[in-house]
Amino acid sequence: MTTWYEYIQRNAPVPEWPYPIRYGEETEIISDILIIGGGIAGCHAAISATRRGANVVVAERGMTKRSGSGGAGVDHWHAACTNPCSKVTPMEYTQGIIDCARGYTCGPARYIETTESWDTLLDLEKMGVQIRDVKDEFKGADFRDEKTRLMFAYDYKNRHIIRVWGYNIKVCLHNEMKRLGVKTYDRVMVTSLLTEGGKQGTRVIGATGVNTRTGEFYVFRAKATILSTGGGSRLWAFGPEYFGAGTMIDLNCCSNGNAIAWKAGAEFVMMEQTAAGRASFGYVPYGVANANNTWYGTPIVDANGKEVPWIDVFGREIKTKKARFMPTKGQKFMLGAGVGVSTYVDEFRLNDLVPDLPERIQKGEFVLPLYADLTRLTELERRVIFGMMVGNEGKTRIPVYEMYTRAGFNPDKDMLQAPVMLLEGYKSSNFWSGITDPTLRVLDGGGLLVDWDLRTSLEGLYAAGGSSLGNSPIFGVGCHNSAHITGRYTGRKAAAYVRTASEVLADRRQIEAEKARVYAPLTQHKNGIGWKEANYAIAKVMQDYCSKHKNENTLKLGMRLLKELNETELSSAYASNPHELGRLLECFSLVRTGELVMQASLARKASSAMMDFYRLDYPEVDSPEWRKFLPIRLENDKVKVRELPLDYHLRPPYAPTYEENYKLHCGQ
Amino acid sequence: MNEKVFMVPNPPTPNKAVEFDPSICLGCNLCIDVCPTDVMMPNPEKKRPPIVLYPEECWYCGGCVEECPQPGAIRMLHPTSQRISVNWKRKDTGELFRLGMKNPPPPDDRPPSG
Repeated sequence: MTTWYEYIQRNAPVPEWPYPIRYGEETEIISDILIIGGGIAGCHAAISATRRGANVVVAERGMTKRSGSGGAGVDHWHAACTNPCSKVTPMEYTQGIIDCARGYTCGPARYIETTESWDTLLDLEKMGVQIRDVKDEFKGADFRDEKTRLMFAYDYKNRHIIRVWGYNIKVCLHNEMKRLGVKTYDRVMVTSLLTEGGKQGTRVIGATGVNTRTGEFYVFRAKATILSTGGGSRLWAFGPEYFGAGTMIDLNCCSNGNAIAWKAGAEFVMMEQTAAGRASFGYVPYGVANANNTWYGTPIVDANGKEVPWIDVFGREIKTKKARFMPTKGQKFMLGAGVGVSTYVDEFRLNDLVPDLPERIQKGEFVLPLYADLTRLTELERRVIFGMMVGNEGKTRIPVYEMYTRAGFNPDKDMLQAPVMLLEGYKSSNFWSGITDPTLRVLDGGGLLVDWDLRTSLEGLYAAGGSSLGNSPIFGVGCHNSAHITGRYTGRKAAAYVRTASEVLADRRQIEAEKARVYAPLTQHKNGIGWKEANYAIAKVMQDYCSKHKNENTLKLGMRLLKELNETELSSAYASNPHELGRLLECFSLVRTGELVMQASLARKASSAMMDFYRLDYPEVDSPEWRKFLPIRLENDKVKVRELPLDYHLRPPYAPTYEENYKLHCGQ
Repeated sequence: MNEKVFMVPNPPTPNKAVEFDPSICLGCNLCIDVCPTDVMMPNPEKKRPPIVLYPEECWYCGGCVEECPQPGAIRMLHPTSQRISVNWKRKDTGELFRLGMKNPPPPDDRPPSG
């Protein structure tokens, strides 16, 4: 007997809520630094700030030991440009990212990432994460350095991407936090930021939160706040009944950080940039045949055993398996997959399967289904893909490695099948993603505007994170490693700030207003709609009115409908327990983020192929005068937009080079 | 067939996400502690396996299985629609297998690297 359904049918009464109910009870927690979101970035920030003597509190929606997108593991570590084997410099790597993103990325965060990536990884090694082949399992492999025992991914020549055994990386961070005595408040959904005088656009002095097991209310007071919440799922694509198993981001990550910072008056950029999301019901991540990311380099064969060719970035066929892992002639280095850019310029792109695979299948050159044939690789290459990478990457240790091998899958003998899907799905070698749908968008790189301290436009508020599903509190960052590095950096900066910052009392009216808002769903009529129905409706508005093609009318109508929802169905929605209350409050946050995305979309009166942003009323694509950021914020609840050059971080008041700015600001 | 019949909503979809073996599970609730989305709730009966209350909120990270001190007490189960898509072919014999099949081949007990 393990399901609720089964329990009830054993003639049992509906079980009472298992946790004590504390609706309305208020606890005040005072610290130097409040960290909102105890994922990878938040935990690393907590460790970094505590080591510098600050008193730190973490508020986490789930449970810090395993929660967050990075909590499920990681198998390779990007941008370790200063490791002893690397042939790429931090500046070369940063420039590569900026070129790929055509400037639409966060220059300071990118340079900080590449400069501190290796040091951060060494920190993690001290915390217990295995980053070297200490057992000599891969001795003699051409991706391994015999002296340091480091193992490299994608680009065996330049050696700036390191394979890591990171299945337990979050557990290691959690243990270090415990060792340092960091106070964590788990199961707390932060509902608002507190600001000086209770006003929009002033200094951030803490936050309010609600416990989603007990309903208890928290007032966090802190001199500095680090926002390190997760990415934004649930805004366009919602369908937990079938999306859950196929996603790399859990339901807690629903853009709540964006919503509370937007309300507080912080400035955002790039929120109008979105990408087509996954349309299919989804396949087990890393769990069907593919040749991308964790499975990079895997031979893909058709039903008759005919191998699909690989090509280099200039379209030349790659003859040997070894050459798949080497930059081609005329290419300095490969950036690798999962670095938080959605397009690559050829110079830094990876080798890949032929891009016209759909057409070749159509013509009969390859016969479906396709398979991943690991037996064609050497024993070491096979084992490093299935056994090392699959086994340590997020959601692969139990969901793929343990489950598949227990079911009899043997990589030495078996070929894993690729999904049988619309041919366009074979255009990308990441077959488990299935096909994409332009109406089911995902946020793509938007977030809070930051300076060289990774501070937002609001005093006392810092941002940290890595892109999960294209969204992070900080705009334009990379993925897993970025979360660690920006967390570690903001921990340092916030700790320095609180040494001289004054303490500010919270505005009681702001707290009372928030408390009334938070508990309202408990007092509605019990026949009100639930959070899921509300979430489906929000997603529908986004799919229809903020999809691939937009104009001023549709965006304004979309915002009107979100406001309508807020005032009608959503404001009469009912929550029967603290869990439903948390999910419903997240729906209100989704509405706020939806408005932010639509407002940012209204502000960009131009189309951009680079941003996958199309305005029907401004069809000219990528005209030079629109190559700029459009920072957007609320002031007295009115939208304010300004313009900012893409290289703002190299213009006054900043120094003209990355190196100088980093030295001035890094705090070490 | 002779049990009492109740008026209940449709079964949640998916209905399990995780499954317990009551003969191994101690009811320690460590899996509940680490689940980021509160998929499971403590059983009103002490020392009994947790109750899966919100299976559709599972994101299948497997953290609960990693946390479990009793091997075999908790098993993760992909939704049926996902299990049916995990297929493989033995290269030598051409035999077809899938995750969740009736008579699965013997397990490959090689642990992951590290």
